[in-house]
Amino acid sequence: MAFVAFADRDHEQEHHDPQTFLTKYVWSQDHKVIAIQYGGIAILVGLIALGLSILMRLQLGFPNSFAVINPESYYQFVTMHGMIMVVYLLTALFLGGFGNYLIPLMCGSRDMVFPFLNMLSVWFYFLSVIILLASFFVPGGTTGAGWTLYPPQSISAGTPGAGMGIILMLVSLAVFIVAATMGGLNYVTTVLQARCKGMTLMRMPLSIWGIFMATVLALLAFPALLVSAIMMILDTTIKTSFFMPAMISAGEQLSYNDGSPILFQHLFWFFGHPEVYIVALPAFGLVSDVLATHARKNIFGYRMMVWAILAIGGLSFIVWAHHMYVSGMNPYFGFFFATTTLIIAVPTALKVYNWVLTLWQGNIHLRVPMLFAIAFIFTFIHGGLTGIFLGNVVIDLPLSDTYFVVAHFHMVMGVSPVLVVFASLYHWFPLMSGKMYNETLGKWHFWLTFLGAYSVYLPMHYLGFQGVPRRYFSMGNTDFLPESAQMLNASITVSAIILAAAQSLFFINIFMSLWKGKKAEKNCWGATSLEWLTPDQPPKHGNWGHDLPVVHRWAYDYSVPGQEQDYTPQTVPASEVPVGREHGVSTGFSFETDQEK
Amino acid sequence: MTITLIFLAVIMATLIFWLLRQTLNMQPWVSDPEADAVSGMSLKSNAQTIGLTTFLAVATSMFALFASAYTLRMTMPDWSPMNEPAVLWVNTGFLVFASIAYQWTSSVALKKNAKQIRLGLIIAGIFSILFLVGQYSAWQQLIDKGMYLNTNPSIAFFYVLTAMHGLHLLGGLYVWGRSVIRVSKDTDIESIRISVDLCTVYWHFLLLVWALLFSLMIST
Repeated sequence: MAFVAFADRDHEQEHHDPQTFLTKYVWSQDHKVIAIQYGGIAILVGLIALGLSILMRLQLGFPNSFAVINPESYYQFVTMHGMIMVVYLLTALFLGGFGNYLIPLMCGSRDMVFPFLNMLSVWFYFLSVIILLASFFVPGGTTGAGWTLYPPQSISAGTPGAGMGIILMLVSLAVFIVAATMGGLNYVTTVLQARCKGMTLMRMPLSIWGIFMATVLALLAFPALLVSAIMMILDTTIKTSFFMPAMISAGEQLSYNDGSPILFQHLFWFFGHPEVYIVALPAFGLVSDVLATHARKNIFGYRMMVWAILAIGGLSFIVWAHHMYVSGMNPYFGFFFATTTLIIAVPTALKVYNWVLTLWQGNIHLRVPMLFAIAFIFTFIHGGLTGIFLGNVVIDLPLSDTYFVVAHFHMVMGVSPVLVVFASLYHWFPLMSGKMYNETLGKWHFWLTFLGAYSVYLPMHYLGFQGVPRRYFSMGNTDFLPESAQMLNASITVSAIILAAAQSLFFINIFMSLWKGKKAEKNCWGATSLEWLTPDQPPKHGNWGHDLPVVHRWAYDYSVPGQEQDYTPQTVPASEVPVGREHGVSTGFSFETDQEK
Repeated sequence: MTITLIFLAVIMATLIFWLLRQTLNMQPWVSDPEADAVSGMSLKSNAQTIGLTTFLAVATSMFALFASAYTLRMTMPDWSPMNEPAVLWVNTGFLVFASIAYQWTSSVALKKNAKQIRLGLIIAGIFSILFLVGQYSAWQQLIDKGMYLNTNPSIAFFYVLTAMHGLHLLGGLYVWGRSVIRVSKDTDIESIRISVDLCTVYWHFLLLVWALLFSLMIST
């Protein structure tokens, strides 16, 4: 099975159908089940990371008030929170979750091209999570080296989890990369080779473009993490000196020679910066589709949006060292990376303009997915602007070790993608479950999340300007900080607790809706893209019944002048559209406005 | 990181240039009967070939990163070049013969001759296994001389690079084993032919990677 592409054996559909409970729900090769497995595991492990962040905040807001939080455990919470959120939650959820669910459906395929490999991918991912969580229970606990795992600190005595903790973290990452590669091969091949008839590349929804490019980045960037993980495991266990310099620890000369910690930093950030876009590009794509659907307007500048995704993907590989300005690099080197960092802001800004212009004069429906999508624009602009600050060497140097950086990357890479996750989950929930969520509960969830996120991260910018250092367990006697800084920290902690508690509304909503929710109408949002056009909702195995769909138009024919309804699905041929009004144009006018004229 | 950057520049430039060519003159909002007839396959190739090509890009990225790490690490003062065991030249010969055998198998697979396919596969497999045994004997020679992973970074890199390359070859041998079993059972020759073609590309790739790694190691 592993070597037979599903796309090439459509006639074998019946043989592929799962026959037992195990093959249907556990060892499933159906992309939708695998997507839900990926999503479920990612969200569960994400909740653990959320809990860890609350423990960190308790220490920062109310120092030394909780006996269970000591300096060692604090650093372990910081490390695991960061690593889980970036890799095991966001990467897995966007690529493994949304990628798996949407690629075959939006491309009009029956499944991924290598379903067996796809199944292996999710189980390898599960194994990587198990290994990661096991590190909590080994002697010394999990690693507390920070999510960047910089040597020599990460494997030196005195750092929490410098023994088994760091080894399990590295092994877990290696297994995760194997899983991501198996999934990535599927996503790329399915997008390139298994689209339905008429689905040209330029008729693909932007969600697919974003996921596709992010997958390319993941496939090329994750090996950097794998290479560094392998070499660091050897430094830890066999005492090679790839990264470890000659050093004295506790008065004793260690056996290491002239290893290069900077080499690790290069390798790590060669993965680490594309990783930002591995998370961001799918979010860009998904939010574009949510915005267009709920604004009842074609996405503004579709081609530019596609090219911006390509440009961001290409440029994301030559900006990595802006994370290393403080490592003492050659100033010319810094100048180069500052320039490329500012250049990548251009296609990114272009996307922001296009989202805003998509909203302009749209027939905006402020449903829950749309609220989250619009909120994303706010937080992303916010995080993007502070990124321009930090992209400049002279500004980055004094701010690098302060809460300004924490605020920046949480806005741009934490809050923004998570808002898109919620927008997408609410948007596609009716399709995935066949049930409607509770709109009121959803709106409560949105407002508490949006305002909560701002009340957590906005003050952090101010703390950063004041010079409050990040990574510190306790501030100690820092005369340059006013007392108000601590009051602000306490306020941030209270906000963070409310923000975390508010997420329970989402789970209550989902579970109540699954249990007692109203049945969702077919294509309840009036969307144009293929996933809403399956014969069954939720789609059954094979997605399309007997015949695959045939596509006749792009995915953004909303409010086309002259049309009775304000959307034209991708499967509607031009012959069924009034002459002279056969396609959507960038009028900027909503359907209603056009009617009034 | 120059090696990796060059590699990535080539890959990304190829991909983006190809994608731009597909998208430049398109106006997707305009109805286009020609586009309606497009099959949905971007490349005239089967999915397995695209999958393998993608995997080769991933593997190349990994080896390029190892090579970058090697060149960066060798600038440190403790680096001392190692004398690579002479058996590596013989091993290189084995891998060349394995690659040639696969190429021959690929050509006879076109004629759908099961006996010749089996013969070619067995020869390719034997040379590949000889290569792995030879690599192991090179390790053994180093160990006998007291040259361990933690002796010097150049030796550590030797062990790591040969291990990673060997693991990739072992993965290939798994697929090779499946092909041998299938051709012995006289199953569908066409599907075996695809497998042989893919393996041929993979073996050539591994030969190229080994040639580059070996050159890097003996020249430094």
